[in-house]
Amino acid sequence: MTWVLVTVMVVATALSDLLQSYEMKRAGAQSVGARGVGRLLRLIVERRYLLLSIVCLAFSFFAFMALVQAAPLSFAVPASAASFILETVLAKILLKEQIGARRAAGALLVLCGLLALAR
Amino acid sequence: MPLSARTIRTYLLLLIFLALRAFGNLCLAWGTKHLPETLAADPLVYLRSMLDPAIALGIVMLILALLVRLALLSVADLSFVLPMTAVGYVLAALLGRFFLHEVVSPQRWLAVALIFAGTALVSSTPQSTTPPNAGRKVEGAR
Repeated sequence: MTWVLVTVMVVATALSDLLQSYEMKRAGAQSVGARGVGRLLRLIVERRYLLLSIVCLAFSFFAFMALVQAAPLSFAVPASAASFILETVLAKILLKEQIGARRAAGALLVLCGLLALAR
Repeated sequence: MPLSARTIRTYLLLLIFLALRAFGNLCLAWGTKHLPETLAADPLVYLRSMLDPAIALGIVMLILALLVRLALLSVADLSFVLPMTAVGYVLAALLGRFFLHEVVSPQRWLAVALIFAGTALVSSTPQSTTPPNAGRKVEGAR
């Protein structure tokens, strides 16, 4: 059951982030003042992919909630790091982000750190 | 070189996001551990659990964190935001060490150092690298 929850969480998180990044880059720079938050909420309702990303996020969130109850937080949080590499690769392929040597090396260091935390 | 407004905005959003997520997760973990029922596939149990004040507060903070993160993704790449938000784990270890007097093992400090070094490297890369045709026209609409 634990690994089913981890899988649901990782796939849903990756999908949600990719959709969010795609839509938010299209929407242009946003702020988080009172008006900014209102505008963000309106964006979520108006943009199909953002709405879908929230649905994905809900799946990932409930899987995470069940996971933190069943397993220690020190397992659940690093397990969610598994989506990290998947997302970085997909950001390059699908979102056409330029991941140079420095950013790739930094991401790998962070991953090593997350794995070291998990042990 | 002076920091650009976009860079300042990115780091400000990052800071707000990290704070909201850290406290939101704390409330959520604390709340769920004290629930009498087991969370599983039953949606009713989830809905009832949201009446718990700690869980409700945690959810409100995580919703705000989500909105702040959306704003963050509007000014920075996903592959930039992901490693940068991992600084949250470093903050958690430091807060635990200095405020809760938790013992942080050598391996944990090594993990923290790796994450910190990684985010430092990523922070030295341009925060947004996608082609300019990806919706920059709308940027004037603040």
